[in-house]
Amino acid sequence: MACNVEAEVKGNVLLLRMSGELDHHEVGPIRKELIELMEKESIRHMILNLANLEFMDSSGLGLILGRYKHLQKIGGNMVLCAATPAVKRLFEMSGMYKILIVELSEERAFSRLEAVQ
Amino acid sequence: MKNSLTCHFTSISENEGLARMIAASFIAPYDPTVGELSDIKTVVSEAVTNAVIHGYNEEDFHEITLKLHIEQRLLTIEIIDEGKGMEKVEQAMEPLYTSRPDMERSGMGFTIMEHFMDQVEVRSASNQGTTVKMVKQLSAVNANCL
Repeated sequence: MACNVEAEVKGNVLLLRMSGELDHHEVGPIRKELIELMEKESIRHMILNLANLEFMDSSGLGLILGRYKHLQKIGGNMVLCAATPAVKRLFEMSGMYKILIVELSEERAFSRLEAVQ
Repeated sequence: MKNSLTCHFTSISENEGLARMIAASFIAPYDPTVGELSDIKTVVSEAVTNAVIHGYNEEDFHEITLKLHIEQRLLTIEIIDEGKGMEKVEQAMEPLYTSRPDMERSGMGFTIMEHFMDQVEVRSASNQGTTVKMVKQLSAVNANCL
């Protein structure tokens, strides 16, 4: 199953809603588009809504970790606002759950970013 | 009840999803838990991705073999490639290690396999391919007999 990504830009914040299956096959084209979009829109923060992401493996983790490292370099933040138990478990196992900001909804994620900016 | 399945497929990244679906369909009759099903799909995805990226350097004309066997709810999965293999298996299995930092890999593949399965065994040698064998005992089914 393919991975669908819905992107919404609000100022310098990029909200991504991902659904379907995020594996090595899907990661390549998504990474390329994301990097271009983030550069074009001067994105500094990112909100991930993974509520409908049915599957993710270490390739997906690599994609997210890559964007996280980029945001860190430019002083931005990444907020995770929803994930299925399986996806959450992968974040926990990789230690990423500890370094990401976790919020319960997109709205709360936006307010959290406003607070830290 | 015991059952076996062996299949061969081409080393293209599209087949990572196919391999996951085959493994999920194979164990479906045994009523795995949602967590077990998700674990199996993840480890198959990791091992097949390794074969595509590392074993065969993303060349799309090789063959990957997936072997599944289940007996008394003990599931054995083997993923076999005949690619370039690894000299240092232990190094490859270390968390966060990746031979391809250029590809933004997380280096978590083997760690995930070891975490999700009861047993993971990797046989590999330079230019002699890689076999990843993983074993997991599926939990007993609670039949609701009144």
